[in-house]
Amino acid sequence: MKTETSAVNINRGIGDFAYPEVHVRDAGTGLSEKTIHYISDVKEDPDWVREFRLRGLKTFLEKPLPTHWASKDLEAIDFDKIRYYLSPGTATKRSWDEVPEDIKRTFERLGIPEQERKFLAGVEAQFDSEAVYSNIKKAVGEQGVIFVGSTEGLKNHPDIFRKWFGKVIPIGDNKFSALNSAVFSGGSFIYVPPGVKVKHPLQAYFRINAENFGQFERTLIIADEGSEVTYMEGCTAPKFNTTTLHSAVVELVALKGAKIQYITVQNWSANVFNLVTKRGLAHENAEVKWIDCNIGSRLTMKYPSVIMKGRKARGEVLSIALANDGQHQDTGAKMIHAADETTSNIISKSISIGKGRATYRGLVHVPKHLKNCKNNTECDALLINSTSRTDTYPAITVRGTGNAVQHEASVSQVSAEQIFYMQQRGLTEAQAMSLSVNGFVNDLVRQFPMEYSVELKRLIELEMEGSVG
Amino acid sequence: MRNDSTVLDEAIESGSTNVPRAILSGPTGSGNFPDWFNDQQAAAWKQFQALPNPTRKDQAWRFSNVGLLDLTPFKFGGALPDKERNAILEQSRGLDKVAARLIFAGDQLIERDVVSDQLKKRGVIFQPLERAMVEHRELFRKHFMSQPATLGSAKFAALHQALVSSGTFLYVPRGVEIELPIEIFHWLHGENASVFPHLLLVTDELAKVTVIESFRSLDRQASGFACGVNDLITGPGAKVAYICAQNWGTNVVALQMNTTIVDHDASAMSLNLHLGGKYSRFESLSRLSGEGGRSDLLAISVANGTQEFDARTLQDHVSPHTASDLLYKNALDDRARTTFGGLIRVEPHAHFTDAYQKVRNLLLSDDAEANSMPGLEILADNVRCTHGATSGQIDKDELFYLRTRGIPVPVAQRLIVSGFLNEVIQRLDHEAIGDHLRRLIDDKFANG
Repeated sequence: MKTETSAVNINRGIGDFAYPEVHVRDAGTGLSEKTIHYISDVKEDPDWVREFRLRGLKTFLEKPLPTHWASKDLEAIDFDKIRYYLSPGTATKRSWDEVPEDIKRTFERLGIPEQERKFLAGVEAQFDSEAVYSNIKKAVGEQGVIFVGSTEGLKNHPDIFRKWFGKVIPIGDNKFSALNSAVFSGGSFIYVPPGVKVKHPLQAYFRINAENFGQFERTLIIADEGSEVTYMEGCTAPKFNTTTLHSAVVELVALKGAKIQYITVQNWSANVFNLVTKRGLAHENAEVKWIDCNIGSRLTMKYPSVIMKGRKARGEVLSIALANDGQHQDTGAKMIHAADETTSNIISKSISIGKGRATYRGLVHVPKHLKNCKNNTECDALLINSTSRTDTYPAITVRGTGNAVQHEASVSQVSAEQIFYMQQRGLTEAQAMSLSVNGFVNDLVRQFPMEYSVELKRLIELEMEGSVG
Repeated sequence: MRNDSTVLDEAIESGSTNVPRAILSGPTGSGNFPDWFNDQQAAAWKQFQALPNPTRKDQAWRFSNVGLLDLTPFKFGGALPDKERNAILEQSRGLDKVAARLIFAGDQLIERDVVSDQLKKRGVIFQPLERAMVEHRELFRKHFMSQPATLGSAKFAALHQALVSSGTFLYVPRGVEIELPIEIFHWLHGENASVFPHLLLVTDELAKVTVIESFRSLDRQASGFACGVNDLITGPGAKVAYICAQNWGTNVVALQMNTTIVDHDASAMSLNLHLGGKYSRFESLSRLSGEGGRSDLLAISVANGTQEFDARTLQDHVSPHTASDLLYKNALDDRARTTFGGLIRVEPHAHFTDAYQKVRNLLLSDDAEANSMPGLEILADNVRCTHGATSGQIDKDELFYLRTRGIPVPVAQRLIVSGFLNEVIQRLDHEAIGDHLRRLIDDKFANG
């Protein structure tokens, strides 16, 4: 990989995150080969990318919905009514007055800057974040990190990205990865050269362009030998969106000794189907860590995975899910051990409020003749109301001796004594409840970067409002 | 087959014919059963034919080797030569002291020790199915096959109902406590034979009973098929213990569907010991339908060779203030596979549920495979539910400790495995049955 690094070191303005602005274009609704050609034409895809998209379409149409195990709610998606490509110019213009009151209130409570609010509410397609990310830009630029959009990455750096693109998550992995393969746009392609440790988290949120919040983003992060990078996507503020299907694919490749940490905070509005495939490949001594926090959406189905391919590779998933009325957070993790001495850890905490439903679905696989593999899984669920629901569906396969796998899950509610104790000290029941819930997720939230954990706590307080009494 | 009337004092002739018939040719309809029963069998057969074969894509059959479920070679009915009958009677040794005993071979009742006159006078009914359905028609019809198989085997429950020709009906009336266990044997004999064992246990308020069922093959190598149903209906405040000692021959495919209904303040304990069979699936549903009910679900599998044990369980909490506790332990050697798919379900409003579920796999070989799917579905909030699943191997320190005391490795290993499994047997808290089960496990270790 080293020679490749020098080859891309680099004629473009490194860390120049702005996209060329695309003019008004619209692919219409529904999905056909025509749509694919349209997207490929607009994006000026290389031929191999166009073929990749067409194969994605074919697979998508062939595969059935996974409703034999998944929620029947998936059948509510009308694939013919969805716009699969919406370039920035065609994004529906909306005025600040049209933004629902509760969203505005939430912005207020979270203390989101005025300008960002307008962007998040879809009033403005762009917002100037130059000041925020200039430090990051400078830092990664000097280190030779490539941080571009998917279209640009495939077009300008095929030597680096083509090798892994669609390899960690093949087109046919599932129906929705196939859909993403057909119509993807937006997302980030990142390459970190050998030995480079990126100090600042790379944040999609600040690399602002309307495409960024697209429905079918595609992200590929390659951390070369011994490098380290943290990537953050989403933000705690609710995203006001009229589109109903979001289906991303995220592929991570951690080469020998590399570390990738991927942080997601998902807070789609409550009409969105969020069906995401995320998988990391960890080579020898490498580490892939997913920190995944799901607060919004109508139905989220997302099971971040790590394939531990090299000796001593490590995989970790830390997950928080909050399911309120009308929401189903169907999240979890998959850990595939494929080499000796690999270790994985899954910690999942979920909170169900009102009629919300939180589901943990997990898979741990230790094939035969591996030695000294370890997995630890802990799932804790908290139920707030009598109508709340939680499920746990792990599947664990272990072959042979020399490995240790343990899974534990518990379901409980906030203890009445705790609440009583806090009320005795002058808190209202609601305050006490929200403090308890924050305590429940505290050890996970602490692993988030500072500003995220502060916002998360506020958000949990908001979600808890009106859930008791 | 004419029954020996001196042994089977009141037994009626079984409905099976002398000529074995293929399972897939369906029920004969020509037995000595009442018409309504024949009609039910015909309807069940239609249902069996209509339901699709399970595939691995069904969640309820995930990880299962469904390829082993080809029923074409298997036959039912047929004669039992005296030599075989004597061998079976000779080998039907279980507990020293029992309250009553039934021995079935190829679904024919070949011997019985009835319950004491005293118990009979107090209203205890202990009869083969074909007799109970005539003499206690209302009670029998109310409960027979009244629990649908919901854990994947609806098709095989229909097959069972279509072809069942005998079995046990046990009714314990209000307040009657039967101290000694009741023992039942089911034997497979002959190549490609099949049996459809059935147990219907109904206990009234505050009754108490312990039943142990043993499943065995006369010829350990013969291929065979077993498809059993047992329904345990536990009345208010009743105490029921059910023990299954499954030791079919090494080429037997076996399916067993168990439903336990636990009424208010009742307590049900089941222990399933799985030793035999090529593929053995056990579905166990425990429904806690009344406040104060408690259910303990225990199981042990000792798997070696290419054996596959497939356990599916559901702890269904329908009523508030109920408790359930599941402990399944598997010891796996050679190329054996086990699957555990379990679910704790707490229905809406079933508050104050206390449910526990634990599965532990001990892998003794590099080719063994343990699959665990411990699940939770919680629809009420005031609950305490936990589950755990572990897979590991023999602790090296424990082995080292025993070796320093001069115990050779194979013996030390066996001791550790026995100790691992013994925790489950101890939960039963019944010395005679515990000793019996430990003997069966030791025999398997000794003979492979």
